[in-house]
Amino acid sequence: MSDLLHTPLHQLHVALGAKMVPFAGYSMPVQYPMGVMQEHLHTRKKAGLFDVSHMGQVIIKGADYLAAATALEALIPVDIARLGRDRQRYGFFTNEAGGILDDLMLANRGDHIFMVVNAGCKAADITYLKANLDGFVVIEITDRALLALQGPAAEAVLSALDSKAANMRFMDVTSLSLLGTECWVSRSGYTGEDGYEISVPACQAEALAKELLAHEDVEPVGLGARDSLRLEAGLCLYGQDMDDGLNPVEASLSWAIQKVRRSNGARAAGFPGADIILTALETGTDRHRVGLKPEGRAPMRQGVPLFQSESDANQIGFITSGGFGPSVGGPVAMGIVADGLHQPGTVLYGELRGKRLPVTVTSLPFIPANFKR
Amino acid sequence: MKFTEEHEWLRAEDDVVVVGITEHATTQLGDIVFVELPEVGTTVVKDEEIVVIESVKAASDIMAPIDGEIVEVNTTLADNPALANEDALGAGWFFKIKPSDSSQMDGYMDEAAYNALIA
Repeated sequence: MSDLLHTPLHQLHVALGAKMVPFAGYSMPVQYPMGVMQEHLHTRKKAGLFDVSHMGQVIIKGADYLAAATALEALIPVDIARLGRDRQRYGFFTNEAGGILDDLMLANRGDHIFMVVNAGCKAADITYLKANLDGFVVIEITDRALLALQGPAAEAVLSALDSKAANMRFMDVTSLSLLGTECWVSRSGYTGEDGYEISVPACQAEALAKELLAHEDVEPVGLGARDSLRLEAGLCLYGQDMDDGLNPVEASLSWAIQKVRRSNGARAAGFPGADIILTALETGTDRHRVGLKPEGRAPMRQGVPLFQSESDANQIGFITSGGFGPSVGGPVAMGIVADGLHQPGTVLYGELRGKRLPVTVTSLPFIPANFKR
Repeated sequence: MKFTEEHEWLRAEDDVVVVGITEHATTQLGDIVFVELPEVGTTVVKDEEIVVIESVKAASDIMAPIDGEIVEVNTTLADNPALANEDALGAGWFFKIKPSDSSQMDGYMDEAAYNALIA
């Protein structure tokens, strides 16, 4: 426990009464005194402030943006070269088997690429980038915190500090001056709500967090509600809803692979596992990630096996993430199910404590996204 | 009132014992979203897992603190599991058990001992 890393907001979390837990090598707030349920509901109604400083922030630089983007396209099956200036895009590293090594956000910052990767994968990601981007500069940013301000009040709260925040659209990135400090800001998040992710110098992070929390609409929100918010929003968690054994098509992430990288596209293939992934895009796969709505009130969590009927012996899938959705007012889940059983409305059975309970395949998200497009 | 190391409370009422979990337990669990109770008429033995509690964080089992027969369960918890958070020692009770050996109660802590345990 003693060798857990602290984020620049550690003292603030403790002062706010957070319950700290180990997560990806860091001591992180799982909840504050308000509790997971209220933190979740508050974020959907007003705004929540999350510390996501444990995530990896990486800068990739080449001769120019296009050079770095082109090199990165050899690792990531998305259109990076034509990503507009000051725009962000979702992507993932794939392996030779077509599986996903990590998922990420990358942004065109003009003369470089700014990338945010998962905390649990960041060491491996950076090693991988450095090994595969010979001649490019790969810098892990370790002197900045990352805050997420999420919820319908986020725009009003942040634009009070820099009015330019209000001009940003979903997935725009820019530098804002917040309390006199240059912050790298994207209009995005992991909750399904409008909001921002703010990269702030570590020495200014606590002051900025306190300023944001001083607004009556903003409450601190921990990892517990972050998980229930992203689950209701139908967003994947790496290591649960996708991993290196599942290709992007199986993970229902085909939307993230633009046409230009697919077969017959101008920059088709050229990334690890391209044969497998592009074939899967054309011919389909024998399993799919889907939304699942358990009947009744009992949550079905990660690992619950799924069956086609109350008595059939053959397992046809499993829950990858599940819990209680405070905004849904009942249990919600995602899982991997066999092809043919993945259409919304299909009733499956999850085996919970020896009993098979009905679960309905449901289109995602559970809560409509509230982005400013 | 008696308390177990598993953070259950037991309160004798005439010839039955009312069982719930303590405020300390509900605070640790967080917001409770689902409670599965045993069926009335079930005969249970001490340490048998008979209640499932799901909070926003995780699932936990509650064990029968004594041998006996379940004579009543708190059906309001099915629709309003948050009652266990709001009034752990009162309206948030779980079940009533008719003990087959009420001396099993004697082994449990009184309030002072329990408070010392969680201090």
